[in-house]
Amino acid sequence: MGRITLEGVQKSFGPVHIIKGVDLDIPDGAFVVFVGPSGCGKTTLLRLIAGLEDVSGGRILIDGNNVVDVPPAKRGLSMVFQSYALYPHMSVRGNIAFGLKMAGLPKAEINQKVEAAAATLNLTPYLDRKPRELSGGQRQRVAIGRAIVREPKAFLFDEPLSNLDAALRVQMRLEVTRLQKQLGTTAIYVTHDQVEAMTMADKIVVLNAGRIEQYGSPIELYQRPANLFVAGFIGSPKMNFIVGEEASRRGATTIGVRPEHIAIVEDGGEGWRGKVLIAEHLGSDTFLYVDAGALGTLTVRCVGEKRLSAGDAVTLRPEPNRIYRFDDSGHSIFA
Amino acid sequence: MARKVTGRHVVISTVGAWLAGFVIFFPILWMVLASFKTELEAFATPPSFLFFHWTTENYVTVQERSDYLHHALNSLIVAGGSTLIAMLIAIPAAWSMAFSPTKRTKDILLWMLSTKMMPPVGVLVPIYLIYKNMGLLDTRTGLVFILCLGNLPIVIWMLFTYFKEIPKDILEAARMDGATIGRELIYVLTPMAIPGLASTLLLNLILAWNEAFWTLNLSTLEAAPLTTFIASYSSPEGLFWARLSAASTLAIAPILIIGWFSQKQLVRGLTFGAVK
Repeated sequence: MGRITLEGVQKSFGPVHIIKGVDLDIPDGAFVVFVGPSGCGKTTLLRLIAGLEDVSGGRILIDGNNVVDVPPAKRGLSMVFQSYALYPHMSVRGNIAFGLKMAGLPKAEINQKVEAAAATLNLTPYLDRKPRELSGGQRQRVAIGRAIVREPKAFLFDEPLSNLDAALRVQMRLEVTRLQKQLGTTAIYVTHDQVEAMTMADKIVVLNAGRIEQYGSPIELYQRPANLFVAGFIGSPKMNFIVGEEASRRGATTIGVRPEHIAIVEDGGEGWRGKVLIAEHLGSDTFLYVDAGALGTLTVRCVGEKRLSAGDAVTLRPEPNRIYRFDDSGHSIFA
Repeated sequence: MARKVTGRHVVISTVGAWLAGFVIFFPILWMVLASFKTELEAFATPPSFLFFHWTTENYVTVQERSDYLHHALNSLIVAGGSTLIAMLIAIPAAWSMAFSPTKRTKDILLWMLSTKMMPPVGVLVPIYLIYKNMGLLDTRTGLVFILCLGNLPIVIWMLFTYFKEIPKDILEAARMDGATIGRELIYVLTPMAIPGLASTLLLNLILAWNEAFWTLNLSTLEAAPLTTFIASYSSPEGLFWARLSAASTLAIAPILIIGWFSQKQLVRGLTFGAVK
């Protein structure tokens, strides 16, 4: 079991409030991603759950027990660090076995568990190597092996893939997701990469300046962002925000339209007129940056190989039921 | 592209390196040679390099006149003792400054280093008087104490920089893995810090062994280490080159041998962090 509940969790370093009262309920077996811009407190929140930092206020419950005064090792969690944090003087076997050794398990059992974890992660041929003899991806797998071998209540991942190159990152993303589903263990995953968040998470926690902006499934966040911050943070390329007359005409202070919900029309009818500033052709997609006069610069995503280039005049038509409306305080107005 | 190293370059730089090494080592070689000469030959101009009457009488005289082993033992106790005590104080000090620094850590480190900037002779009189009143003159305890204090800033600095190199994440990983502070020390920190600990120990040992200012001024016979023993050969009776050389050779031999066998460790320790 691994249900983790945060109640009014706060953390300050001296006069600086990093976490400003967070309430969160993470059900057993869920894959939850903390995402947010740098400095939003996501890593601090993870470290509070791990016990590597002490809370300044509030309670952290693991399976109903308050653990704020419990040392990290006794919380039954295991953590994968951004830097891998492998023990450089120990072999892969030694690294994976260390936690079990500290727990005082008999040797035979340790060996059996280490072998099993190594087999799961394709590390068997490297068991007797030192971390410095491994590639980045292999080191990362050792770090994951060290986490799974202890059969924790939950895994804590602190930006584990950010030191890998792009291709390996995609591969490890799949492996981590597959492994988590296979083990059914609760996982909390911190990242600043919203693509990782969208692809891996059962539920995403969007953090900003020490508060939760929204907690929901990736699709909920995409379809029903609670406010301007979430709307701008989730989705790539970013949502277009328009203020002024166009917004007030729709009864909002700000309206937002995602680039993929704007069509280029050539029927000469109703629409926003503008001029293409830059066209980025990615093959499958084309991103257009369009100067739409009073509306500002809008990003438009076109499917396929649309032959448009800088200077072309275009008419943009947003999908009417895909226009998000926000009030004065930036909260979403749902019809 | 890597620069091409031709055979000729290798020969030239090898010869050059040996030459430079020889020039640096020459005074020591000269001293060792002189220790096997008679007093007369040691003085002779032009000096003879290898063709002289090899004799060990200087070593016999030195041992007869003053007890080498007594002074060597003093050196060992003073250097070893002051190093051990300095390490015992410095390890926890450097540890806490490296792993839980405060706003003042940097100031404390600089303040400690600043004590090394003061010339020792500036405090000779007060220290001498304190030692005299406390009965510490010409005692091993007194020498251990002063050398330990003198080297402590350097030891703390060296250890601090080594400990700083150990990533905090690894210690946290060990904590997550259930290691208590004691086990973290034994299984994770110490193995990772061994090169640093070893080279600090070695360097401090050499510094303490060679220290001449305090040992010359605060000891005469009873606690006199090898430095005082050498100095006693430059006496009012006159300068005896050959005997002085023999005494000096005996004095530096142990540290030379230790240095030779541990040079790999020393270099590794001193470049720790620079080369990863």
